[in-house]
Amino acid sequence: MKYMLLIHQGETPVPGSAEWDGLSDDEKRRIPADYQAINSTPGVTPGMWMESPETATTVRVEDGRTLTTDGPFVAVKEALGGYLFFEAENLDAAIELAARIPAARLGGAIEVRPLKEG
Amino acid sequence: MFRDEWGRVLASLIGFLGDFDLAEEAAQEAFAIAAERWPREGTPANPRAWLVTTARNRAVDRLRRDRTLAVKTRLLEARETVEDKMDNLDETAIPDERLELLFTCCHPALALDAQVALTLRALGGLTTEEIARAFLVPEATMAKRLVRAKEKIKAAGIPFRVPPAHLLPDRLGAVLAVIYLIFNEGYGGRGELAREAIRLGRAAAELMPDEPEVHGLLTLMLVNDARREARFADGTVVLLREQDRSLWDAEQIEEGRAVLHRALAPGGGGPYVLQAAIAVLHVDEPTDWPQLAALYGELARVTGSPVVELNRAAALAEAGEVELALALVDNLDLDRYHYLHATRGELLGRLGRADDARLAYDRALELVHSDAERRFLARRRAELDD
Repeated sequence: MKYMLLIHQGETPVPGSAEWDGLSDDEKRRIPADYQAINSTPGVTPGMWMESPETATTVRVEDGRTLTTDGPFVAVKEALGGYLFFEAENLDAAIELAARIPAARLGGAIEVRPLKEG
Repeated sequence: MFRDEWGRVLASLIGFLGDFDLAEEAAQEAFAIAAERWPREGTPANPRAWLVTTARNRAVDRLRRDRTLAVKTRLLEARETVEDKMDNLDETAIPDERLELLFTCCHPALALDAQVALTLRALGGLTTEEIARAFLVPEATMAKRLVRAKEKIKAAGIPFRVPPAHLLPDRLGAVLAVIYLIFNEGYGGRGELAREAIRLGRAAAELMPDEPEVHGLLTLMLVNDARREARFADGTVVLLREQDRSLWDAEQIEEGRAVLHRALAPGGGGPYVLQAAIAVLHVDEPTDWPQLAALYGELARVTGSPVVELNRAAALAEAGEVELALALVDNLDLDRYHYLHATRGELLGRLGRADDARLAYDRALELVHSDAERRFLARRRAELDD
């Protein structure tokens, strides 16, 4: 099975923010280390981090007209921050990997989506 | 007979075919053939093996017709091993995979209502229509729920297996929660669901003999269900201590006690074992209220539930500690819960504070939903005037 793990940042502190500065030094070191461990897990194809949701443009087509709006498709709080791909035996393995992604414990959430085969 | 075999046959087929829908269709076909043929030709010596083999053959035929299914090659190879053995069927050659099926149906990646429906369909052998009726939803809604759940199992890769040790405690909790939810739906009035939950509980206990919580849950259901006939009289709830004990199913209570011993033997102290021990103590005569209060205290510690604390307070009151019980109740953050106010009313009444008791019953009556309980509360309130 191939899965895409969508990393929703939620309230997760991002480097440079006041919330990030409020984290302990230990936690500040652990978060990138955890992401590195995730990315080097067998079966994982790392994605790339996205710029902040404020930089997003949402495109929709209605009656043949392209409509663009400023900002992400969903509310800023729930916006996507990154993604990765994971080839795993089953959903349990994908859930276990998702639970190791720091954003999952820092106020965000991971959406696990199976990818269509072929 | 058919209902008893359904879960085992279906589980074995899913294990073999790796596809829920295909397995279900094949099982249905096999059961239909059996229903038509067995009364005429007699029941085969190994009914289960007959059903599984017939269903397997049907599924393989279907796959042969439907060339697009990717699994077909593996199955066509497997065909040789099941063919032409109808005269020499061995029941022991068919693994019991109900446990795998149970954990699949109760996978937390499925919505709880889907887990419940799927468990009743796959292991209980209830029809979609029966499940829909039991949960008071239109049949089409229930059918959609089942189809979606099966699609998710397949598309998301929910495994057909007993979870490995590090996942087992959580997953077992999910399985027990589903069975207990089915039981409580039935306990609230629809008795067939309570019986179904007990059947599932028995199967789970047979399949997981070393898990104390499974035996705990089974005991809890057996003992509570044994009091079913005595719980209502003239549409009013009857308190346990006022129930007519001759209406209790004594045999079922004894069975519950025996099951509880198996739960206690391996040293279980989880929430279901504690609730089971409480349920058994409740039917003992005379009731050991101090012991009950202690068990509720332990259960409150394990679950962190204020509702359990409320029960502890009630047990303390029965043990003679009414003041202590009232102090405990007044500290609970359960203002929207009618039992809290009903219990306060009861305690205040016993302490001779009739006016305060009336106010508490008034608040309980504002919050209560069930008519049977409303009548009970109104009667208790009126008795304060005597």
